[in-house]
Amino acid sequence: MISVNPTNSSAEPLDLENLTQEQTTLEIKNLDLFYGEAQALHDISMKIPKNRVTAFIGPSGCGKSTLLRCINRMNDLVEICRIDGEILLHDKNIYERDVDVAALRRRIGMVFQRPNPFPKSIYENVVYGLRLQGVKDRRVLDEAVERSLKGAALWDEVKDRLNENAFSLSGGQQQRLVIARSIAIEPEVLLLDEPTSALDPISTLTIEELITELKEKYTVVIVTHNMQQAARVSDQTAFMYMGKLIEYADTNALFTTPAQKQTEDYITGRYG
Amino acid sequence: MKNWFASGKPWIWMTAGSVSISLIAVLGLVMMIAWKGLSFFWPAQLHEMQVANTDGEVSTLIGEIYDSENIPLSRLSEAGITLEGYHEDRVTRLLMKIGNREYVPLDFTWIIKPLIKSDKTPDGLAKVERSKDGNFYGYVEDVLENGQSVVNDGNLRAVLAKRIARVQALNEQAHELQTDEIGSINYELNELRLTQRRLEMNNELTDAALAELEHKREQLHQRYQELEDKLFELRDRAKRDAVVIRDFRNKEVTLPMYEVIAITFPNDMNVLEKAGHFLAQIWGFVSEPPREANTEGGVFPAIFGTVFMVLLMSIIVTPFGVVAAIYLHEYAGKNAITKMIRIAVINLAGVPSIVYGVFGLGFFVYMVGGSIDQVFYPEALPSPTFGTPGVLWSAITLAILTLPVVIVSTEEGLSRIPSSVREGSLALGATKAETIWRIIVPMASPAIMTGLILAVARAAGEVAPLMLVGVVKSAPTLPVDGNFPYLHLDRKFMHLGFHIYDVGFQSPNVEAARPLVYATSFLLVTVIVGLNLTAIGVRNHLREKFRTLDQ
Repeated sequence: MISVNPTNSSAEPLDLENLTQEQTTLEIKNLDLFYGEAQALHDISMKIPKNRVTAFIGPSGCGKSTLLRCINRMNDLVEICRIDGEILLHDKNIYERDVDVAALRRRIGMVFQRPNPFPKSIYENVVYGLRLQGVKDRRVLDEAVERSLKGAALWDEVKDRLNENAFSLSGGQQQRLVIARSIAIEPEVLLLDEPTSALDPISTLTIEELITELKEKYTVVIVTHNMQQAARVSDQTAFMYMGKLIEYADTNALFTTPAQKQTEDYITGRYG
Repeated sequence: MKNWFASGKPWIWMTAGSVSISLIAVLGLVMMIAWKGLSFFWPAQLHEMQVANTDGEVSTLIGEIYDSENIPLSRLSEAGITLEGYHEDRVTRLLMKIGNREYVPLDFTWIIKPLIKSDKTPDGLAKVERSKDGNFYGYVEDVLENGQSVVNDGNLRAVLAKRIARVQALNEQAHELQTDEIGSINYELNELRLTQRRLEMNNELTDAALAELEHKREQLHQRYQELEDKLFELRDRAKRDAVVIRDFRNKEVTLPMYEVIAITFPNDMNVLEKAGHFLAQIWGFVSEPPREANTEGGVFPAIFGTVFMVLLMSIIVTPFGVVAAIYLHEYAGKNAITKMIRIAVINLAGVPSIVYGVFGLGFFVYMVGGSIDQVFYPEALPSPTFGTPGVLWSAITLAILTLPVVIVSTEEGLSRIPSSVREGSLALGATKAETIWRIIVPMASPAIMTGLILAVARAAGEVAPLMLVGVVKSAPTLPVDGNFPYLHLDRKFMHLGFHIYDVGFQSPNVEAARPLVYATSFLLVTVIVGLNLTAIGVRNHLREKFRTLDQ
C-alpha cells in the first residue's frame, strides 16, 4: 500500500459526486474520443473541483494524457481525432462552435512531459503569452516576470540572468520556467502532463512542492504514472484503465480503501 | 583475404579514397585557376630577341612571353616551315606578346625556339599601357611638352613619372566630369523629353507648361555647354605632353601622353617592387571598368552586376520560398494533391536553366515588362523601359530557378522543429499563425539560410538564362548610380560568368584573353565563396541563437 503524504491532508475530502456550482471548475460529461475508428476514451464523466489538485493515474495507454489534452483542446491538432460529449468550464461547453480556442487556452494552461522552453531568453519565455495579448508596457512585463518566476520558485536562481538563453538552465529549472510561463498569463486551470517524468529526483521534489503551492491560486490537474507522486501531491485521484474512468475519489480514500478491484490491483502493483 | 573483406576495411579505404579524390579535384581546380589567373598580374620580364624567319632574315622582337608549347616537328612541316639542321622530333615554340598594334599585323606571335638567335632582357625596356591600341613596348627616349623636349640628362624617369601623374589626374577629372555631371544632365534632358511627351499624350501640354519645359531645357543646355567647354579644356591640357619611344624596329615613335595609362620597367624591378606592382594590378583588375572590348582593364562592373543581381534574387526568392514552404508544411492538407505539388516543386529544380531563360524572356520581359511599359511608361514607347531584358528580370528569373531549393530546405527545417515547442506556444493561447511567425519561422531560419546558400551558389554561377533576360557584354552604366531613383532595375548589367564566356569565345584577340578568362574565373569563384561564407556566417549565428535541446 502507498502511504499518503500527511502534509497533504489539510484538504478536506469533498463529495465529488455532488459538488456545488462554486466548488466546480470543470465538468466532464459523457466524453467519448475516437482516433479514426478506434475509441480511446469511453463515456468519461467527472467534476474537477476548484483550487485543488486532481491526479489522473493509470497504466501507459489508458487515456489519461488524452483526457488531459481534451481539457484545453490540444487534441484539435490531431486531425483524425473526434470527440463526443461535453467539457464544461464554468457551465460553458468548451467544444461549442463559437469558442475561441486560443482564448480558452489562455484560461487553461498546460505544462508538458518534457520541458519545452522557446529558444529565447528566460525573460522572453515568461512574457511570451503576455506579448501575444499585446502587452508592451515594460513595467507590466517586468512585474509579471518577477511574480511568475517567484510563483514557480525559480526567481532566486535566475534573477541575475534573465537575458540568458532558456536552454542554459537545467532540466528542472526549464520545467519550472515553463510553469512560470504558463502562470504568467494567469490561467484558471493548470494542466500538468507528467511534468516530472524527464527530471531527476531533486528537481521532482521541487516541482512537487511547487504544485502544492500552486493550488492556492489555480485549479491543478496532473497526469502521472508515478503513484507515489499522485499520493503526495493530489487531493483527489482518478484511476483510468483502457480508456475508462474506473474510480475517482479522494486521494486518501483511493489509496487506502479502493472501491474497485482493478484499482486495488493497480496500486498494489499487480499490473501496470 | 576473405577476412580482410569481412573486416570492413576495404569499405573504409573506398570511402576515404573517394573523399580524397573529391578533395584533390576541388583543390586542384581552384589552384589551377588561381595560378593561371594570378600569374597574369605578375610583371613579366620583357625580352628583346633576334629571330630569324624561315628565309634566314633576322629581325628584332620586343615583348612578353605568354606561353610555350611543345609540338611535333611534323606540324611545322605541314605548315610549310622547315628547320634546317634540326633533327629532333619535337620542337618548342613560344607565344610572345609584341604589342605595338599600329606597326605589326598581330600583336601576338609564335616564335619557334631554334630560330631564336639571341635573347636578352635588358634594363630600361618599357611596357606602355595605353587606353587605345593595347600595349606598346620599347625604350623611353624622351618626354615632350608641346613638341619640345623637357628632359635634362639623367632625370628622364623622374620627369616621366611626374608627367604621367599629371595627365592621369587630368584624365580622371575629365572622366568624372563626363560620367557624373554630364551624365546627369543627359539623364535630366531625357526625363524632360519624357515629361513633355507624357503631357502631350494626356493633352495637357499648355503653352505655359511648354514654356517652362523649354526654360528648363535651356538651362540644362547652358550647363551642358559650360561643362563641355571645361571637358575640352581638360582634354587640351592633357594633350600637351607626349613620350618618345624607340620601338623594336629601332624607330622613334611619339605617343601622346593622354593615351598612356602607365609606363613600367619590369626588367628593372626587384622582387619587392614586382610584388607591389602585382597587388596594384590585381586591385586595378577588380576596381576598374574593362577597356578594348573587354580584353584589357578590369571587371568591376561585372563584379558589381553579379553581386547586385544575386542579392536582388535573394531578396525575391527568400520570402516566396519561405511562404510557399510554410503553406505546404503547415496548412496544406496531407493528401495526394499536396504530395504531387511537392514532387512538382522538386522536379522544377531539374529543368535546364536555359528553359527558365526562355520563360523569363517570354513571360517577364515581353508580357509583364511590355504591359508595365504600356501602363506606366507610355511616353517612352516605342523604346522599351521594362519591356526589354534587364537586371530585375534576371533576378526574378533566377529566383524562380532557385525557388525549389529554398522551398525544400525550408520544409525540411520546419519538419525538424519538435512538436513540443509548437504545443508549448499553442498552450499559451497563441493561434497557429502566431506560433508560426513567433516561434517556428525563427527556429527554422538556419534551414532557410541553408536554402539560400544553395540558391546563391546556383544563381551566381548561372549564365545561360541571363543571356536571354538581361546580361550584356558591356553596360555603359551600373544599375545603381547618383541619378534619382538611384536604383535602375530596368538597366542591363554585366556578369562575371557571362564575362568569362565573352572574353573567352567572343574576343577579337583570343591569345590576349586567355589569362583574363582564368583570372575572371578565379574571381567568380572568389565572389561565390565570399557570398556563401557570409551566408554561412549568418546561419551559424542563427543556429547558435535558436539552439534547442535535441540539436
